Amino acid sequence: MLPHKAIERALEASDGPALIAFLTAGYPSTDSFLDVLSQVEAASDAVEIGVPFTDPMADGVTIQRSSHAAIENGVSLRWILDRLAGRSTPPAAPLLLMSYLNPLLAFGYDELAARAREAGVSGFIVPDLPFEESAPFRASLEPEGLALVQLVTPATPAERLSGLCAQSQGFVYAVTRTGITGGEVDLPTELTNYIRAVKEHSRVPVCAGFGVRTREQVARIARHADGVVIGSALVEILERGDSPTEFLSGLRP
Amino acid sequence: MSTSPRTPTAAAEHTRLLKDLQEGRLPDARGRFGPFGGCYVPETLMPAIQRLTGGVYRLLPDKRFQQSLNEELQDWVGRPTALTHAAGLSDRWGAEVWMKREDLTHTGAHKINNAIGQGLLAQAIGAERIVAETGAGQHGVAAAAACARLGLPCVVYMGEVDVERQAPNVDRMHRLGATVVPVASGDRTLRAAIDAAIQDWVTDPGGTHYLLGSAVGPHPYPYLVRELQAVIGREAKAQLAARAGMPDAVFACVGGGSNAIGLFHEFIGDEDVALVGVEAGGRGGALGDNSATLSGGRPGVLHGAHSMLLYDDDGQIQETHSVSAGLDYPGVGPEHSLLQMIGRVNYVTASDEEALDAVAECCAAEGILPALESAHAIAGARRWAAENPGARILIGLSGRGDKDMPILRRFPVATAAVKEAAHVAA
Repeated sequence: MLPHKAIERALEASDGPALIAFLTAGYPSTDSFLDVLSQVEAASDAVEIGVPFTDPMADGVTIQRSSHAAIENGVSLRWILDRLAGRSTPPAAPLLLMSYLNPLLAFGYDELAARAREAGVSGFIVPDLPFEESAPFRASLEPEGLALVQLVTPATPAERLSGLCAQSQGFVYAVTRTGITGGEVDLPTELTNYIRAVKEHSRVPVCAGFGVRTREQVARIARHADGVVIGSALVEILERGDSPTEFLSGLRP
Repeated sequence: MSTSPRTPTAAAEHTRLLKDLQEGRLPDARGRFGPFGGCYVPETLMPAIQRLTGGVYRLLPDKRFQQSLNEELQDWVGRPTALTHAAGLSDRWGAEVWMKREDLTHTGAHKINNAIGQGLLAQAIGAERIVAETGAGQHGVAAAAACARLGLPCVVYMGEVDVERQAPNVDRMHRLGATVVPVASGDRTLRAAIDAAIQDWVTDPGGTHYLLGSAVGPHPYPYLVRELQAVIGREAKAQLAARAGMPDAVFACVGGGSNAIGLFHEFIGDEDVALVGVEAGGRGGALGDNSATLSGGRPGVLHGAHSMLLYDDDGQIQETHSVSAGLDYPGVGPEHSLLQMIGRVNYVTASDEEALDAVAECCAAEGILPALESAHAIAGARRWAAENPGARILIGLSGRGDKDMPILRRFPVATAAVKEAAHVAA
């Protein structure tokens, strides 16, 4: 099965709302990366691995902090791919790399797609790569069947929304609110309507993220979306040394 | 630097791109200057960017908008600015030196041309609040002043390092009614300030206008800022033509590159005129010791544009150094990247020391205290003059140096250049 199809399948197969978990690679420590990743994979339906970047302009304080610390720890895209490729068993849930564009450019598109697939990666999320600029990157992913997930937001006009949903692979990342990652989302009626609209346009699962951190929020979003993305909240759990398994299973309704 | 392209195909491509530039076809519809530029922003900002782009292409050619802008430039900014014959430097260098005096504008630097223009534009497209970043504080002061003039609330992000080294400007911004937010993350200079301003903008893309201060960032900013700064070159060319003729060479400092693009733009078609951009060579050539993006960088993406950039093998943006806060930035405007690629502009560096010497020399010879940023242009011109005796040189004096006093205090006054000037005068 092509990797981007495998993401869809894994999210659809979830019993209840799908859980996509985000962690910053090599944070809080490089030594525990693969161990933490395995725990997170076992407790979620797909995992986003954050590639740290010096200038994370779409991220809030938590992921800014984890990003900078990971860079200090020596984490890079190459380091992540090497660690993933060295695992003895395939990942228990589809893996996506979430990266700003410059680390991908620096690595080189030509080599990246093949290396990523060998390392067990199924797709990419690139917050500073709008669809209009994405043709060269998509062309490099296509031969390997890797997904490029599109993000949509409550500010996305209807016409643009349908185009982005049609182009998204793996899932559609429905950003719950304008702003950066982290904080806490409330769930007004407009949000419900927005997620419904995304759902209408999308052929792949719709997962909502930014500011999702409680079981109650997950339950409410799940009435309309196929799943949720848990980012900053999980990073804070890992930061404190708490169990990701306990936290993630506690979010399932 | 590829002034002579390696292959005939590349040469033809460069000729075509130069022609496109000269005939006003760049940026193209996708916001590209050849391979550079574009619009790399989070999806949340796309509607705001599209609204801004619509406003830019509708209002910039609009007669009434141009009329209000020109009134503000004349009555409030103080344009046209003077063109000064630098008699002292001319004697010392064996050249004919002229200076375009953006230091004489209201608030003391070219930044005000862009700030008032974008302020008017933001108001016309319905923005209720302005955010801006600042390095040296000159853009922050200009944005604060323009917002006060137009009755818009203004928040300025400024790296903690710059808050300290450009303290007088922080106080000026406060007094002009702006909220100044010190940025403690990242490199705590201009780059971190831009990150923070974008993070703020993402939070309220509907009501906030990001008043970007240089010719960098996603399309349409590099175009918008160039158009608002091009008044520098238009005035200078006409003033110089009336008093002397065409220059042999034009010099401007380049950080993000707004004053340089504003000065160069009018001369792009005059291929006999050498155009030279002077970047901050800092304390040396090693990565991290300077801010010489075009001299030492490679193509990459930061802050919304594909352009030359200083980063390491992992794609992480490089920390930079310059004695001048306004040049202390790892990126550069995409149009400069194109001008370098096609060889129309030559980009060189001046070190911290050369810039400090140029401050002293300009003070002594002309009675003008230039900004540390502008001093880089003077240093570059001085070196060029030594190799091209008798040439007519136009220097963009982008700002005044009053804001640099906390930095200059750390350096003794009696540098070699001052002593020499005193000797010549005696």
